[in-house]
Amino acid sequence: MNSCITLRSAQVDQRLRICSIGAQGELGRRIRDMGLIPGAEITVVGKAPLRDPVALRLRDFTLTLRNSEADHIVVEPAER
Amino acid sequence: MEKQTYTIGLAGNPNCGKTTMFNALTGGHQRVGNWPGVTVEKKIGKVTAGDIEIDVVDLPGTYSLTSYADDERAARNFLIDDKPAVVIDVLNADSLERNLYLAIQMMELGVPLVLALNMMDEVRKNGKEINVGLLAQLMDSPTVETVARSGIGKRELINEAIRVAQAKNGKAEPLRISYGPDLDPVLDEMELNISKARLLSDKGPARWVGIKYLEGDASIRRQGRERNESVSRVLEAMVENVSRHLKATLGATPDAIIADYRYGFLAGIAKQVVSYTRTNASRIALSDRMDRVLTQQVLGPLIMAATIYLIYVLTFTVGKIPMDWMQTGFTWLGKTVEAAMPEGMLRSLLVSGIIAGVGGVLGFVPLIMIMFFLLSALEDSGYVARMAYMVDRIFRIFGLHGVSVLPLIVSGGIAGGCAVPGVMATRTLRNPKEKLATVLAAPLMACGAKVPVFLMLAAAFFPGEEAKVMSIVTLCGWIAALFVAKLLRSTLIKGESTPFVMELPPYRMPTLRGLCIHTWERSWQYVRKAGTVILCISILVWAAMTFPALSEDQAKPFEDRIAAIQVQAGNARANLEETEATPAEKAEKLGDFNANAGKAQAEAKTTGDAVEVTDPTAEALKTVEAEKSEASLRNSLAGRAGAVLESVMSPAGFNWRVNIALLGGFAAKEVIVATLATAYSLGEIDTKAAAPLSETLAQDKSFPKAAAVALIAFVLLYAPCMVTVVTMAKEVGWRWATFAVGFNTVLAYMVAVVIFQAARFMG
Repeated sequence: MNSCITLRSAQVDQRLRICSIGAQGELGRRIRDMGLIPGAEITVVGKAPLRDPVALRLRDFTLTLRNSEADHIVVEPAER
Repeated sequence: MEKQTYTIGLAGNPNCGKTTMFNALTGGHQRVGNWPGVTVEKKIGKVTAGDIEIDVVDLPGTYSLTSYADDERAARNFLIDDKPAVVIDVLNADSLERNLYLAIQMMELGVPLVLALNMMDEVRKNGKEINVGLLAQLMDSPTVETVARSGIGKRELINEAIRVAQAKNGKAEPLRISYGPDLDPVLDEMELNISKARLLSDKGPARWVGIKYLEGDASIRRQGRERNESVSRVLEAMVENVSRHLKATLGATPDAIIADYRYGFLAGIAKQVVSYTRTNASRIALSDRMDRVLTQQVLGPLIMAATIYLIYVLTFTVGKIPMDWMQTGFTWLGKTVEAAMPEGMLRSLLVSGIIAGVGGVLGFVPLIMIMFFLLSALEDSGYVARMAYMVDRIFRIFGLHGVSVLPLIVSGGIAGGCAVPGVMATRTLRNPKEKLATVLAAPLMACGAKVPVFLMLAAAFFPGEEAKVMSIVTLCGWIAALFVAKLLRSTLIKGESTPFVMELPPYRMPTLRGLCIHTWERSWQYVRKAGTVILCISILVWAAMTFPALSEDQAKPFEDRIAAIQVQAGNARANLEETEATPAEKAEKLGDFNANAGKAQAEAKTTGDAVEVTDPTAEALKTVEAEKSEASLRNSLAGRAGAVLESVMSPAGFNWRVNIALLGGFAAKEVIVATLATAYSLGEIDTKAAAPLSETLAQDKSFPKAAAVALIAFVLLYAPCMVTVVTMAKEVGWRWATFAVGFNTVLAYMVAVVIFQAARFMG
């Protein structure tokens, strides 16, 4: 599992799979509500002008996250 | 046959087309209220189908039913306490899994559902197919394909809802999902305990209560403790135990496991139901390609700035036309009433109090309608979410949210906005604290009504530099708003910023119908709510500026002079008509007459010198009338208050005349220039052509340049106008609206005093 990085350091357009989510409480709940759960595949599709927040593409929709929130999400590159 | 009435709920995620569906179902027959205890808007619409009447309640758009946020609590309490006969869950079929997440939470609660599989047109366009029959079977709920934008499927949806309502009447067998080997045994045991004690059995099924305990739901735990402390303690201990175990073995919390299993359950359903008819590559949506440009690091902000500018230009150039009509209309109405009624208190009340006050409010309506139309278009298209995304990083520094950008811009981020639609636009903010901070910051912007004051003062004290002054003032508005937001967010309304976990909905073409309904809703609310309160305040302000009237003794000198002028004019005219004179003689006589009148005028007052000499009698009369107005204003309650305030306000360099004008500005900032003109005895002047006032002010020794700068700052910052205050009260309650009046005025006073004293100190 040493290929795991936090979502903040992920590259744009890199295909990723979520390893784990460290957030708890309301933030954790909001993240999970959107279907960001271990195993989900995501792609960073863009970063805002000041490189924060980031836009993520899940399979069926796009959502945004701040870098401070992305810190709680650990991802690994998804094999093709 | 007797009429049957059912209450049904309309639930769904944000951006699922729920509002469009609500409008399609109810056809705009709706009333708007608030959910109990929170300022989340509650809309109820009526649908009649034969003998059956249906109240459709629009639930707030949410992703789940926890108790973290006001809107979710409102939705949950409705489901628990109002027990709707059936709930229509509007699903964005294009992201089915995530949309069903809310559905299964309602099913666990035992709420009978009808699923509206919305946006099926987009699903097909994206190369997906959904097996509707299978979905209905797996979810054990009737499922109807719909396209809310064009009203497809709405008839069928209502029929299904009625059928379910009649069959189940609010009670369905709760869904039971497996939460895995770690949680299931505990949950079973908890369920047993809960049903034995009948804990919260009026709220929901025992298993659901157990799940809420596991999720650590604060509101359910509190209620559980109130009902049965000992059972609640036992349950909490069980949760504690299993949490510790989970932490040790999986490093996770129960609520995380629950979410995982729910999504696992839904992934299973989606896999069976959704099929992708085209390959992934061809499905890269148009929307994603648009985002590559529209939110690009350099181009994005530029396009955003251009868009905002365009909205302004459109609103204020197009909006100016009907606004001028309205103003002309009210002026005409005022004149007509004035002409039709005998002079007296009643006429004054009608013309100066009611027509001027209410007219001032209604005058904003066209502007608000156009602004809302354009903003609704921007919102419905999905662009506002992108704007929020782009500015969030900056706004976060000040304790605001990316979404705050829109209200602040509307309020006067570019000079000429208006805080009323600005405050109303804060509804898009989901976190109450961030919304409150935005509402309180919005009135500090350089709104359109303040602009004439700035322009007038700039013309008087900084001639030729008006544009520069305006730019600086607008910038100061931004600085003040962000500073106040930061100040409040780190003191009175402290709190974590809301996570920016926000959907970027695909770009969509807004529908004209939807835009019209939104515009109408918002405008009508403004007219109705503001109209009633403002009528009362208008009358109060009028009374303060009218009473007590000049006593007979005080009024006598003016009456005498008016009479004298009239007698003189009458004599001159009589002379003129007496002799059948040649044109030359006539001209001579006329000269005489002019000289006489001119004398009277000079005698009356010296200010109005530069006036044209076409009708000297009228001018002379006007001058005396203006003086009389000044005297009666000074004598009135407001005038006396202005004089009393002089001791307080003199550190900021304001004299009693300025004080009255500022008092009038509490009602509406437009009033400031007009009141100041009355106080300086200039009679009625046009707000837009305040040149004489500028000259008078520039010459007034008791009003130096330093005071002018202080006054600009004061007007920018002090209490919002009453229309804004009423709007704020509606959004965040009277307590905070009152707070804003006090806080802004104190802030304005401090800034004005500092400016005036510093300027004087430095010479």
